[in-house]
Amino acid sequence: MAALPSAADVADVAEREQTADQQIRQALARLTFGARPGDFDRVRAMGVDRWISEQLDPARIQDGATDQWLARFRTLSMSPADLVRDYPPPQTVLAQRRRQEASSPARFDSSARPLSSLDAADSLALREARQRAQLVVDELQIAKVGRALTSERQLQDVMVDFWENHFSIFAGKGAPERYMLASFERDAIRPNALGKFRDLLGAAAKSPAMLYYLDNWESTVEPDRPALTTFSARPMRRRAGVAFRPTPQPRRSGLNENYGRELLELHTLGVDGGYTQADVIAAARAFTGWTIDRPQLGGGFVFRPALHDAGEKRFLGRTLDAGRGIEDGEEVLDILARSTATAHFIATKLARRFVSDSPPPALIDRAAATFTRTGGDIRETLRTILTSPEFFSRAAYKAKVKSPFELVLSALRSVNAEPDTTPRTARVVARLGEPLFMHRDPNGYPETGDAWINTGSILNRINFGLALAGGRLPGVDLDAWAHREGLDTLRADARVDGVVLAILGGEASPDSRRVLESGVNPLAASPMPTADTTGTIASDDDSAPDTAAEMTATARTTPRQRRDPLGSPLDLHGLQQTVGLALGAPEFQRR
Amino acid sequence: MHRRVFVKSGALALVTMGLSPSFLKRAIYAQSRLAKAPRGKVLICLFQRGAADALNVVVPHGEAEYYRLRPSIAIPRPTNLAAGPALVGRDAPASIDLDGFFGLHPALAPLKPLWDRRMLAPIVAVGSPSATRSHFDAQDFMETGTPDVRATSDGWLNRYLAAKGTCAECDARRSPFEAVAFSPQTPRILEGPAPSIAMTNLAEFSIRATGTDVERLEALYRTGSADLVHGAGAETFDAVKMLRAANPAQYLPQHGAVYPSSPFGQSLRQIAQLIKADVGVEIAFADVGGWDTHVNEGSVTGQLASRLQDFAQAIAALVTDLDDRMDDVVILTMSEFGRMAKQNGNGGTDHGHAGAMFVIGGGVRGGRVHGRWPGLAPEQLYEGRDLALTTDFRAVFTEVVMTQLGAVDGAAVFPGFAPTGGLGLL
Repeated sequence: MAALPSAADVADVAEREQTADQQIRQALARLTFGARPGDFDRVRAMGVDRWISEQLDPARIQDGATDQWLARFRTLSMSPADLVRDYPPPQTVLAQRRRQEASSPARFDSSARPLSSLDAADSLALREARQRAQLVVDELQIAKVGRALTSERQLQDVMVDFWENHFSIFAGKGAPERYMLASFERDAIRPNALGKFRDLLGAAAKSPAMLYYLDNWESTVEPDRPALTTFSARPMRRRAGVAFRPTPQPRRSGLNENYGRELLELHTLGVDGGYTQADVIAAARAFTGWTIDRPQLGGGFVFRPALHDAGEKRFLGRTLDAGRGIEDGEEVLDILARSTATAHFIATKLARRFVSDSPPPALIDRAAATFTRTGGDIRETLRTILTSPEFFSRAAYKAKVKSPFELVLSALRSVNAEPDTTPRTARVVARLGEPLFMHRDPNGYPETGDAWINTGSILNRINFGLALAGGRLPGVDLDAWAHREGLDTLRADARVDGVVLAILGGEASPDSRRVLESGVNPLAASPMPTADTTGTIASDDDSAPDTAAEMTATARTTPRQRRDPLGSPLDLHGLQQTVGLALGAPEFQRR
Repeated sequence: MHRRVFVKSGALALVTMGLSPSFLKRAIYAQSRLAKAPRGKVLICLFQRGAADALNVVVPHGEAEYYRLRPSIAIPRPTNLAAGPALVGRDAPASIDLDGFFGLHPALAPLKPLWDRRMLAPIVAVGSPSATRSHFDAQDFMETGTPDVRATSDGWLNRYLAAKGTCAECDARRSPFEAVAFSPQTPRILEGPAPSIAMTNLAEFSIRATGTDVERLEALYRTGSADLVHGAGAETFDAVKMLRAANPAQYLPQHGAVYPSSPFGQSLRQIAQLIKADVGVEIAFADVGGWDTHVNEGSVTGQLASRLQDFAQAIAALVTDLDDRMDDVVILTMSEFGRMAKQNGNGGTDHGHAGAMFVIGGGVRGGRVHGRWPGLAPEQLYEGRDLALTTDFRAVFTEVVMTQLGAVDGAAVFPGFAPTGGLGLL
């Protein structure tokens, strides 16, 4: 239980490099997905340190409205097995149709038809199946956006985002992956996001989503090595009319190092964490037999002794005795969670997320020391960072560039948007370069600004701000927002002040301020080629790849269905114009 | 003095607005970059992500072991040669013979005319000396150009760009389109301090505003601090204006070139548009996925064949479209590694070692297969399972950046690598 701010805390507040107002903005910018109207005053009234303590203890925060809103998305609470049953993969649907045809006396010729030959009815069924299966990914994305927008437990959701990116999984890895991700977030990540790192690591290691994504479910003892128990292949039973083919159990195909390698490199020690290829192999051997009970049917974690390498292993200088089973993997996780290299790696990543792209080494050392001292307590490690002088330093203020997700969410939160019940907002995030649950590689999305900022991305970010101001994003009602904030009754110049305060935290450079308030076109008389009325380039086709649709390989929408909110030019006036310019300003790209 | 410059350039409005002089200076400086760039040499890098199965791309049909290792997925011997054992009793498409030993997968037929015109140089048994079979690692190494060194922060194309321009004068002349990637994020190969553009669609490369708002947004980025965000923003507005002036959409495919409607085909169509619009493209990059054929790879038809068809049609269309401009253009294709010599139990192939690359262009010494062939007999295979490596990819990359792009110091682009003599590709 966090104490009320003591005299010492108050002294801290005064000694920090940032002004009192800056400290509030800094805390809001880093512990939330952006300040909503009124947040600044609420944090000031409460005291910034007390507010940080409260965010570190999300169980104390009421969040009924968000829970109520989320309840409408039924896939979020379903098990992988139920999801596979209710939203089966399109290929399964097609196979079922074939079996039904084969057993139907009306169709004598159909039994020989291959899956690849489709008639009109097949195509229709496939399209429907794709749309149904797509819902599983859509609702994950909708929930992630909606939670980040409305949850009162903002730091918890920032940490869920952090860990989902740390244990990054690609929903398009293969047919079963998408069905496992709701459980991954719900059962592995969220309950442990501020808990003990070892619990989180273990939950990730045993999650079907991770076992499938990094191939560990297929990793077995090498055929020429001793297994823990003798292997007895279950006879394949052929039963007519069964909804699903029996899924072949992994054969003893041999070792797959994928999980073993990424566990060390990305999840724990870090690439420079002092391990060798021999350690990667030992880790992979330790996790043989950690598999999934029929992944195609959405089964859960199972340890299969017949697939486990029972030989002795040397891992990071320790000996794992021969003849053991699931304890091998558990001990590897214990060793990794206790390693000082892991403490340093996790502390670095947290400091990079919350403080700056190149966090001060002294802060990393202190955070790593807390991690080690508390047995990998994430909450306490984070507390060390969030109450540090470095967090409240001038150098850290506005030092982070927003990721596309952070950009979109901070814009929506600044104008008090309602949550989107469709995947459209998530598709905008994808257009900006961060398709949710769709990062292919296990390293996750970048955590530093230079990776996000390039010539093309600035353009898309500006166009996003214009689209939001022009009313093209779901849930945004600028008039209602302006009315509530009292902006609609102000004179033009005071209204600019109001927008600068609401969207840019009151902090626009003098030049930016002038551009926002001036009706004068700053470049009107310049010798530069001026923009034509639209600023667009004619295109001779509309077949351009759409990032979101391309990423979700099963979502086949026509260009007309997409109605790209960033698509055509907007003619903005008055408040909309000021908001569009403010969201497009360089100041808004930082947090 | 400054004031006179303002008035003379007609930007009085800026003065009356009280914008800082630095804005004006940068705005005028930017103006100098909008002229058409002189025609120069161009390198187009195409990345096949997922590890293309090189042995079914450049087919060693003269190698009996090949047919023994791949009973159901091998590409049959060319029909113009004596039928080998794999072809007996079959009347199916076969590999397209190149030199009596190697052939192209039949889906690469659109590239055969380039071979005949000596514009196409396949390189066999080429790749990364790293032993990794991880897609992630291997792509990383191929793009950083530093095998087994994970700490490299920049890509080799960016190192080339950074090494070439070191004077203020050369920087000022640089086009914002000097390096363009058709991808939503900057690819690893172009990451680094030198600026580049990442985009998915030329038609989307504009500010979606009307009236004065475009200029006002520009002013926001040309004033204030000179940080990463402002810098990239200023580049953005330079590029938008340059593109609008050049209007690449007017350059429709020429000479009967037909690009596939796939994302890859459309990327190459747009690369051609940019090149023809003379906006100063020196490096273009596009990637294409779908090569990770662990299951049901297919043979003359199937999964790999359809990927290759899209790949070949797009490249052939680009070459047709650019026509004599291909004299200044080199296309370089790459994939992170090859695949196992032996097919697996699922009619596919698992991760392997050495792969194949194509170098295509008017100045390329094409019409012959480059690289030493290590053979596919058991004792010739790498780790007993994969095609062995005889050419380091850095040897190819070094030759291309030095000969095609005129880099002076290959070692600055590929630190720690000393090529053992040219390959004679260009």
